[in-house]
Amino acid sequence: MSTITPPATSAAERDLDTRARGDGPSAAYWTGFVVVVGALALSPFVLPEFWQRFATEILIWGLLAMSSDILIGYTGMVSFGHSAFFGLGMYGAAAALLMVRPPNLWLALAAGLVAAAAVAVFVAYFSTRLRDIYFSITTLVFSQIFYVVIFTWTEVTGGENGLTFRQPPFAVPGLFSVAFTRNGLHWFVLAMVTLSYLLLRRVTQSPFGMVLQSIRENEPRTRAIGYHVERYKIVAVMLSGLFAGLAGSLYAIQNKFAAPDFVLFLISGETVIFNVMGGMGTLVGPVAGAAFFLLMKEVFSRVFYEYYLIPVGIIFTLMVIFLPQGLLGFLRRRLNQ
Amino acid sequence: MIPVDQVLVQIVNGLVNGMILALVASGLTLIFGIMDIVNFAHGDLFMLGAYVGTTAFLASGSFWVALVVSVVVMAVLGAALQVTALRPLVGRDPLTTILATFGISLVIQNYALWQYGPVPRKILEPVSAHFQLFYVEYPWYRILIALMSAGIIGALYLFMKYGKHGIWIRATTQDRVMAAAMGIPVPWVHTVVFAIGAAMAAASGVLFAPTVGVNHAMGFDFTLRAFVVVVVGGMGNLGGSILASIFISLLESLATIWVSPAQAVIVSFIALILTLLIRPTGLFVPTPK
Repeated sequence: MSTITPPATSAAERDLDTRARGDGPSAAYWTGFVVVVGALALSPFVLPEFWQRFATEILIWGLLAMSSDILIGYTGMVSFGHSAFFGLGMYGAAAALLMVRPPNLWLALAAGLVAAAAVAVFVAYFSTRLRDIYFSITTLVFSQIFYVVIFTWTEVTGGENGLTFRQPPFAVPGLFSVAFTRNGLHWFVLAMVTLSYLLLRRVTQSPFGMVLQSIRENEPRTRAIGYHVERYKIVAVMLSGLFAGLAGSLYAIQNKFAAPDFVLFLISGETVIFNVMGGMGTLVGPVAGAAFFLLMKEVFSRVFYEYYLIPVGIIFTLMVIFLPQGLLGFLRRRLNQ
Repeated sequence: MIPVDQVLVQIVNGLVNGMILALVASGLTLIFGIMDIVNFAHGDLFMLGAYVGTTAFLASGSFWVALVVSVVVMAVLGAALQVTALRPLVGRDPLTTILATFGISLVIQNYALWQYGPVPRKILEPVSAHFQLFYVEYPWYRILIALMSAGIIGALYLFMKYGKHGIWIRATTQDRVMAAAMGIPVPWVHTVVFAIGAAMAAASGVLFAPTVGVNHAMGFDFTLRAFVVVVVGGMGNLGGSILASIFISLLESLATIWVSPAQAVIVSFIALILTLLIRPTGLFVPTPK
């Protein structure tokens, strides 16, 4: 790094600049963080039942969106196959909950992570050999392979009907074990998502994360500097798959079922939509995008019923054309004016 | 023990399916080769073309009218889509085009569901005769599909090779800036190419419609397969994608002898993975120097 830094112009650049110099985040950032997490933690006391459940779902989808942001936003690899990781997380959790008596929450999460990681190793090994759209197509094809396997392997996966199971109690081994209340589940999900966010944020700011961003900016140059680009990409896909698997197992625990629909390509597509709508490469953006998308879905399905994807698709396409930075990038630019 | 008659029937089936797929995939390849656009909505244009065909068929009662009407309507729609949604993206990362066309695909799919409902629709085949192929009565219409697809692809090839505008298109593929400097209206070449791609998708949709019911979800299946084909065949390579279409369809047809059609898809996915491992540039293209 040179000692003379050119004056950073945009907020994004300045942001990157502070990170590169290793300065801690500003007090304003942590204030915002505490306010948002606090508001989410208190939301069950304010929101009616329906919206309370909705908030929990936003958090889970937000985690999925965040996990894919590692690839889409930070490494510049648009994954169209995140449903595979999410779905396998679901089925992994389901397997643990159905096979082990009494059902154990932590075991379910661990099994979900293991299943997603296994798939991620497989996908990462093959798909990272390719770049750009070829990567997107390969991830898409992989998620479809898993979909077909799960859909047709009825004896094990329950086929089209999927698997249903009971919710595990919240337990700390050797201490206590209580059944989840709706609030309890919300807080549990919030804790997991917040933890994941902090972890992912740390990763993106680490030297490893910097290399990922450098791959996004200029892959040949990153290679020329001497980084083993393929290895970094494989790790990025696996990391991303792991957190997507966590989102999947949380979703399974919340909804008490695993279904092949969640391995289907549509979920991957929605994940990409979350990223584009919220703002890629920001971690928080995709969560905002997920919230925005789910709210839009809720509002439009009251007007257009099951055809809500018509207006949503139009809005999405317009955002790709006119708002490539997503909502967050747009707001940031607005605030800086 | 390999059942020879079954294998031969499935080979015929595979060739017929391969020609349909080749027609879809060559439109996709054409669009990609010239504009660097990965058209995620290509299968949905195929599906919408088939639906437009059913409407025209209901109104006119003739398969051939349905085919022509659908091709024209979809060409116009394709041109309109290119001008409104894709032209603003020229010069941006190709990944943004996959996102934009993904949005378009969502809209088309749900529009079709809204307009035509979830019950599959059918077009009657123009030729209903059968002939005896071992143990099955094989419809002549399926042979006609293969011949017509081959005819359309052949016409495209001749147009690209000898037609004045075909030469414009090839010139734009090779060097966009130079082509523009030579006075070729590059933005319009892009629009026309997208329209041709959409028209070819529509033609294959209408040709395919009599063999299955037309439903709103069939597009994605074809998008996925066309993607597999263009990667296996070498992206942007017309001849490669035609050969790959036939290869993949043959594999899938032969696989259905032993597994269910739903599982047979996996065979083509495995072919894709092996291609990526052994020859990422595509199976049916000469080795790049």
